[in-house]
Amino acid sequence: MKKEYQKAWFFVLPVLLLVAFNALIPMMTVVNYSVQETFGNNLFLWEGLGWFEKILNSERFHAALGRQFLFTGLILAIEVPLGVIIALAMPRKGIWVPVCLVTMALPMLIPWNVVGAMWNIFALPDIGLLGYLMNHVLGIDYNMTQSPFAAWATIIAMDVWHWTSLVVLLAYAGLVSIPDAYYQAARIDGASSWAVFRYIQLPKMKQVLTIAILLRFMDSFNIYTEPFVLTGGGPGNSTTLLSIDLVKIALGQFDLGPAAAMSLIYFAITLFVSWLFYTLMTKDDQN
Amino acid sequence: MAKITLSNLRHSYQANPKSGQDFALKQIDLDWDDGGAYALLGPSGCGKTTLLNIISGLLTPTEGQVLFDGCDVTHLPPDKREIAQVFQFPVIYDTMTVYDNLAFPLRNRGMDEATVKQRVTAIADMLELGDALKRRAAGLSPDNKQKISMGRGLVREDVNVIMFDEPLTVIDPHLKWKLRSKLKELHHRVRATMIYVTHDQTEALTFADQVVVMDAGEIVQIGTPVELFERPAHVFVGHFIGSPGMNVLPCEVQGDTVRFEGVEVAIEGPVKAGEGELRLGVRPEYVSLGDGPLRGEVTHVADVGRHNVIDLRIGQSQVRAIAEGAVPPIGQVMAVAFRPDKTRVYRDGHIASQPAEGAT
Repeated sequence: MKKEYQKAWFFVLPVLLLVAFNALIPMMTVVNYSVQETFGNNLFLWEGLGWFEKILNSERFHAALGRQFLFTGLILAIEVPLGVIIALAMPRKGIWVPVCLVTMALPMLIPWNVVGAMWNIFALPDIGLLGYLMNHVLGIDYNMTQSPFAAWATIIAMDVWHWTSLVVLLAYAGLVSIPDAYYQAARIDGASSWAVFRYIQLPKMKQVLTIAILLRFMDSFNIYTEPFVLTGGGPGNSTTLLSIDLVKIALGQFDLGPAAAMSLIYFAITLFVSWLFYTLMTKDDQN
Repeated sequence: MAKITLSNLRHSYQANPKSGQDFALKQIDLDWDDGGAYALLGPSGCGKTTLLNIISGLLTPTEGQVLFDGCDVTHLPPDKREIAQVFQFPVIYDTMTVYDNLAFPLRNRGMDEATVKQRVTAIADMLELGDALKRRAAGLSPDNKQKISMGRGLVREDVNVIMFDEPLTVIDPHLKWKLRSKLKELHHRVRATMIYVTHDQTEALTFADQVVVMDAGEIVQIGTPVELFERPAHVFVGHFIGSPGMNVLPCEVQGDTVRFEGVEVAIEGPVKAGEGELRLGVRPEYVSLGDGPLRGEVTHVADVGRHNVIDLRIGQSQVRAIAEGAVPPIGQVMAVAFRPDKTRVYRDGHIASQPAEGAT
């Protein structure tokens, strides 16, 4: 290595400090907690990997993890195709473009706890617009505070309402970047609309869809505020997703050790699945 | 294959065109003979691409008809017209192999795989893409991508016309020449009508048997490259083709005498009577120095390699001349002459002088 450029390392220092303070140091405290047992009064006892073992073997963790994958899987399965369909249906030019874009962006601008509160009121069985409509107009028994199915349907609907726009906007950006010549060539080649979608639009949207899926995976896998405000994890534990369970352990029961171990496992799973998604989806681009 | 006739064609991108300014194409009447190699030449924004898109069916003209062998196809969609078009930027289907790309138009028309294979292999050999058939099209260089988009046109046997919309824009200069000769060769082999749109005169003049020059939505001249150079029918053609372009100079005409800056100059023949602004046109190649009735002061000399381009001031006018050999110093006053049979008079842009009796 050349000696004369070594001073350049100092330019990286501010970033290093910043990352250290906002990520590494807090994370290290979590690592610290995860290997110790505490009874308060700043008294800590060495626990080793015991908490990790306990969490990984706990029924409660498995159930929460299962619910978490179910939730993320469902919202991805709905939001990605729905987002692409809406993006395809949106106008490409004219005065309706800004109207559509702003309308689409609106749900994303609302703070997460407000979304939870809105949907909570919206879904109240007797006075909420949705609850009233379901129970008294359509005659469907709908009460998300009692029925796990209704609770799940509501949190899924809420997430779809809140975040499909993200997929729409990203997919739309991918679509408008396709030059007209591609569509013209396809018309001359006699391609059907399905072929246009399959061989032109989908490949051109692939990159942005990869980003959309990754963002939606990470966000939904770590989701806390909205379901917490909406259902609080209930009825029973039916909508207790991983982060809700984590907060219950950490702040409800004040079991810092198990909570810290669970956080690290949670983080590792998120990181691993994101890496897996990214690797699988960009595998073709290597050649 | 077919003869293509454009009849009374007008097109506007506005919903309710009123004046002539609203039309991107003002009035086009044109026949493209079967098997011809045509170039459509003109500056950017003159309506070339509009005209092309009307022939291919991507646009429906505001007025007029498009006929293929006498059949009205004005309202037929592109895939029913059996035409092919190559765009400025190579259009390929990224996820497919080269083979699938070339097979795409055939498969869309429900052709059986055996025929598809035979056609695709033949076309790939012609385009020298045979080795790349199994590769993903996305990984190819721009010139090979452009060959694929040409191939998708050529692969159909029944294609009426192949249109090229400035196809060499994104190709490296040293490959441009190669691809251009490939095109010329392909034209000789498949004998399909080809229309080549460009704003580059070299491309147009080397590719085409007939060049159609357009300006501001109108066709100003149709002719062989030599005709366009030797006898431009419009000052625009004179100016646009040639490097540098034709000198367009003020002049006065009284009867049969033509005066430029007060000096009588001989021209090719009699001037047709009429009203309008008159201009004298002579190419720099036909302006000679050292002898003649005019006196010009050298203001600028540019050495362009094979010859020098000399700017002269004659009276109030600037005249360009092409000269070989010794370079005159700036400021020198020289005798200047225009070659009479190559000097013409234009009225409102259009040629107004006629060749003398006996001349061709």
